Amino acid sequence: MEIRITLPLTQEKLRALKAGDSCLLNGVMYTGRDAAHKRLFELIKEGKELPVDIKDSTFYFVGPTPKKQGEAIGSAGPTTSYRMDAYSPALIALGQTGMIGKGTRSESVIEAMKTYGAVYFGAIGGCGALLSKCIKKCEVVAYEDLGTEAIHRLEVEDFPVVVVIDSQGNNLYKTGRETYLKSVMEDK
Amino acid sequence: MREISAEKITEVIKRLCIEANCILPQDMKSCIEKSLEAEPFPTAQGILRKIIENYNIAENEHKPVCQDTGAACVFLEIGQDVHINGNLQDAINEGVRQGYRDGFLRKSIVKDPLNRVNTNDNTPAMIYYDIVEGEKIRITLAPKGFGSENMSRIKMLKPSDGVDGVIDFVVEAVEKAGSNPCPPIVVGVGIGGTFDKCALLAKKALLREADSENPDPYYAELEKTLLDKINALGIGPQGFGGKTTALAVNIETFPTHIAGLPVAVNINCHVTRHVTEVI
Ligand code: SF4
Repeated sequence: MEIRITLPLTQEKLRALKAGDSCLLNGVMYTGRDAAHKRLFELIKEGKELPVDIKDSTFYFVGPTPKKQGEAIGSAGPTTSYRMDAYSPALIALGQTGMIGKGTRSESVIEAMKTYGAVYFGAIGGCGALLSKCIKKCEVVAYEDLGTEAIHRLEVEDFPVVVVIDSQGNNLYKTGRETYLKSVMEDK
Repeated sequence: MREISAEKITEVIKRLCIEANCILPQDMKSCIEKSLEAEPFPTAQGILRKIIENYNIAENEHKPVCQDTGAACVFLEIGQDVHINGNLQDAINEGVRQGYRDGFLRKSIVKDPLNRVNTNDNTPAMIYYDIVEGEKIRITLAPKGFGSENMSRIKMLKPSDGVDGVIDFVVEAVEKAGSNPCPPIVVGVGIGGTFDKCALLAKKALLREADSENPDPYYAELEKTLLDKINALGIGPQGFGGKTTALAVNIETFPTHIAGLPVAVNINCHVTRHVTEVI
């Protein structure tokens, strides 16, 4: 069963999510990957204002392909998240509640998620054509000079993700593997 | 001496860039379909079905299978009886430039590794030339995503480490990569040569069809052993658990020095793209 969630992801909504839950996200999220995160982080360090409202925001780690005429966006699957690990704790401390990517996160990111309340979702890596169908609108809101790495505002409908790490720190990358290996042992 | 124009090469490279990124090759499709049949874990089956749906959408709508349309790796086998009219390297880069622009592919190359500014046309390509007999040019285009490239490793083993050392290193590389390279993955293994040659062997191993085996029965057996060990790790598609961690292991080898046993592991994802044309 999929859990339908309307963004923004408030503390109340995210506390109910558990690692392994399949969700369909609806509403507004922002894109950001290496270069945009670096710029946001520098602004935070300097105590300056950020170009987007971070409170209760969800960031999708993605660098889409250019769109063709008639499309809202090109292919748009997740990029590997650990490259954002150096920057994510600072954004979570400012109120970011959702991150979408693929792959492992560092202990310091998970600690920040537990302390401030945030969820890490996985989208299926390498399924950019499929995922783009759930993105209805896409516009650049900051750092246009970064091209694909600019911050885009996305409007999504039933965007499929899985809770990989929940706000208690439960991690599907550990439990999923254990569950599978246990099921194989039982079959033997 | 056969003459081939630089324009012809540009035209072919452009077309191959677009085709490689929008149409997953048949060898990958059949590996993914077979793995779905053999996958006992429901979560993993669901992901494999989505992966199939994705490459079908990409092909039907002529959209990139993955948004990381890669570094353009270009392999040329040039017949020694061919004469190219014009600048070959420029012709290749022009083909990449046009293909990535007109094919709506992502430009992912920065001009300098430390002062990172995007070149905005996905050039320069990563080009490898081999001179062979004959009067043809065989061009293989293999866009390489970096989620998986970043998980690749190389190690200079000792001869005494032997085949067990190789197995341990390859399996360890895959386990450490975990969920990061978008499993299910394809594992290219290079054994032998020198430090640099070995890495190239691993990359070339990824050009071979994923459903093929090494022509040497010893290495074909080693490919099977490695695949079984990797698929016993339980990482599964996307790292959510399951049998299908890897779709294939391809090994390429080369003679090496009496003192060495270099091993390189080049990891690729379920979007392992390669397309070849002979002109
Ligand atoms: S690792 Fe492969 S499937 Fe994953 S994002 Fe990169 S190119 Fe795409």
